[in-house]
Amino acid sequence: MANDDISTPGTAAAGTGATSPAAIFDYAPAPESRAVVDIRSSYGLFIGGEFVDPAQGRSFKTISPATEEVLAEVAEASEADVDRAVAAARRAYTRVWSKMSGRERGKYLFRIARILQERSRELAVLESIDNGKPIRESRDVDVPLAAAHFFYYAGWADKLGHAGFGDDPQPLGVAGQVIPWNFPLMMLAWKIAPALATGNTVVLKPAETTPLTALLFAEICQQADLPPGVVNIVTGAGDTGRAVVAHPDVDKVAFTGSTEVGRSIAKTVAGTEKRVTLELGGKAANIVFDDAPVDQAVEGIVNGIFFNQGHVCCAGSRLLVQESIAEELLERLKRRMATLRVGDPLDKNTDVGAINSAEQLAKIRELADVGETELAGGPGERWSPPCDLPGTGFWFPPTVFTGVTQAHRIAREEIFGPVLSVLTFRTPAEAVEKANNSPFGLSAGIWTDKGSRILWVANQLRAGVVWANTFNKFDPTSPFGGYKESGYGREGGRHGLEGYIR
Amino acid sequence: MSSTLTPSEGRRHASGVPDDLAGATSSDASLRRFLHGLPGVDQVGAEARAAMLGTRSIKTTAKAVALDLAISMVDLTTLEGQDTPGKVRALCTKALRPDPADPSAPSTAAVCVYADMVATAKEVVGDAVNVAAVATAFPSGRAARDIKLMDTADAVEAGADEIDMVIDRGAFLAGRYLDVYEEIVAVREACRRPDGSEAHLKVIFETGELQTYDNVRRASWLAMLAGAHFIKTSTGKVQPAATLPVTLVMLEAVRDWREATGAMVGVKPAGGIRSAKDAIKYLVMVNEVAGPDWLSPDWFRFGASTLLNDLLMQRTKMRTGRYSGPDYFTLD
Repeated sequence: MANDDISTPGTAAAGTGATSPAAIFDYAPAPESRAVVDIRSSYGLFIGGEFVDPAQGRSFKTISPATEEVLAEVAEASEADVDRAVAAARRAYTRVWSKMSGRERGKYLFRIARILQERSRELAVLESIDNGKPIRESRDVDVPLAAAHFFYYAGWADKLGHAGFGDDPQPLGVAGQVIPWNFPLMMLAWKIAPALATGNTVVLKPAETTPLTALLFAEICQQADLPPGVVNIVTGAGDTGRAVVAHPDVDKVAFTGSTEVGRSIAKTVAGTEKRVTLELGGKAANIVFDDAPVDQAVEGIVNGIFFNQGHVCCAGSRLLVQESIAEELLERLKRRMATLRVGDPLDKNTDVGAINSAEQLAKIRELADVGETELAGGPGERWSPPCDLPGTGFWFPPTVFTGVTQAHRIAREEIFGPVLSVLTFRTPAEAVEKANNSPFGLSAGIWTDKGSRILWVANQLRAGVVWANTFNKFDPTSPFGGYKESGYGREGGRHGLEGYIR
Repeated sequence: MSSTLTPSEGRRHASGVPDDLAGATSSDASLRRFLHGLPGVDQVGAEARAAMLGTRSIKTTAKAVALDLAISMVDLTTLEGQDTPGKVRALCTKALRPDPADPSAPSTAAVCVYADMVATAKEVVGDAVNVAAVATAFPSGRAARDIKLMDTADAVEAGADEIDMVIDRGAFLAGRYLDVYEEIVAVREACRRPDGSEAHLKVIFETGELQTYDNVRRASWLAMLAGAHFIKTSTGKVQPAATLPVTLVMLEAVRDWREATGAMVGVKPAGGIRSAKDAIKYLVMVNEVAGPDWLSPDWFRFGASTLLNDLLMQRTKMRTGRYSGPDYFTLD
């Protein structure tokens, strides 16, 4: 492990010999105020339009991963609670929501979208506190995209007959939705907006480490006067999720999360009438050709793997770089990584925040250690820029492994953290072969100035999303989903309607 | 100020360009091959990076440092046909002591005037602030080469510490890169004083006329190969003038040039930078793209006039907690 500092090449030769300017222009802390959010000490379940106590009275704590401070006690929904929530959703479906015209449904969705925008600062701060992601990302990405999703599907609500799925598509009924902790509010929007636009009602289970923005969203549903029971939010861990998925009166299951859990969901619903969409893991190849716009490619690599601490299912975790430029590109990448600012998620200048949980941190550490062992004695190495990590909370420095091959575990398994594996290739055909040699197929990136090559490579890649000269760009109008073990079904765009109608 | 501008010997590349780079300028064809062989710039990506850096939040102590640093980097400029000696003298007085009410405000890096005003400016500032003169048929650059060289020599003779030249954009856009290169080399030669020292050369690209970031990158390398001490975005007479993404591309170029040659070249965005907030965005970009070594008036300048008053107003606000109106600061 070589920690040679390449961030300031030749500092000694340059400058005016006075005090180092680096010390002069240290950015002072610029924390976003926590005063805009009001976190309650305890939260109930959101069923039938109001917060209710769980049947068994059990609860769990949600903490801030940056400080390990306990934020709130959150109710744990048992099977009985899930049953109650599904009943509320069924009642709302048959009595109100399925009978309402698309135009009226659209009004509610527009209203929710506007409230999301109005309360965006509050939502962004809460998301950063509960999840650990930098405020810059929750403010500029998560919350605006969540609002955009509601705006987009609000527009579809009265035009479903023109979406290409028949003249008069019908809703499925009650949708049971289970979402992950990496983009809590955004995943909620991806799930709830298309379900509601098509006339379904939902029971949604947020992740146990990040329930707070979903519970704030419940308040927004109240504020929007959404009919009671159209959206129900049940908090809890794996058992609660299983109860939602397995409930006999749920017509549709939508899940985003790990491939392992996705597999067990597929087993649970096999043989039932339930419709399923799964959005699972990934090990995306980010392919950089020798004619790439190199500075932007470096930005794209950084954005691909260090965005959201690498807690991104479509993260560009495998960098495939053409061998003729590999050395130069890696030097540039390391120099750029040395400028990443790791720390307080609420500081507006933070680039990389906290790992979401102790459990996830342990998993990242384990796989990174495996990587180091695998590379020992070879030409590859593990490298992180020098950075001071806070003493409390869960942190992992941006890390890159060079000299990785297809046979290494760090090139095959999803690490779900700020860890990049670098492989090289010689020909475009080899790049495609390596990119596709994975059980996953969620996303991929191509970096080249040659348009024809972009099209050729994109056609060969077995990945649901292929970005060209960019990475991790999302838009509600664009369908998103995977090949192979990355799941089935598409979310977003016109395609995202299909999973919620018959 | 002028003393810090003299770079230590051996870091400049007048004839110290590494052989592989020097070969690039042996003919028009090889120069074109070299410049067109530079990695491309993706417009969307470059603009996104610049916008992201613009979201950095610079507060309290960091802001105080940035404001003073920005003031010390200003090339306080007046380039109007109606300039009078009186106006230039007022400008120079302001450059020396930007805030008459507060002697702790640093002086600016330089004043920037037309060649015929150099002597007037020099009388006021002496050696305390540099005098930069625009030359080479500024701003269009449309004159014969010997006239441009005379223009330069005149300004140097009048005492200019720095020369801001414009490139021949017509030649550049037509692909006659060697013409542009040779002209910069010749102007650099004309910057030499009888005693062997030389005025520092800033090369203006007029990026608003170059259109693409690829061209900006090529112009940057071309000027550095020809021996520019500074590369500068614009004359201020053409819109758009300096922008964050254009400056980003130029900062990447000087960073890469140092990697290749070991020598540093300065960067000067000029025109259109009016607020302290904008100036701080540029400083953040210098810090994170080229590196903190460039955070000095030796290596980074703002070509501006109205910017200075906003910097002073923000500075006063930080020190007193109150905003004062524009009437409390001198007009340029």
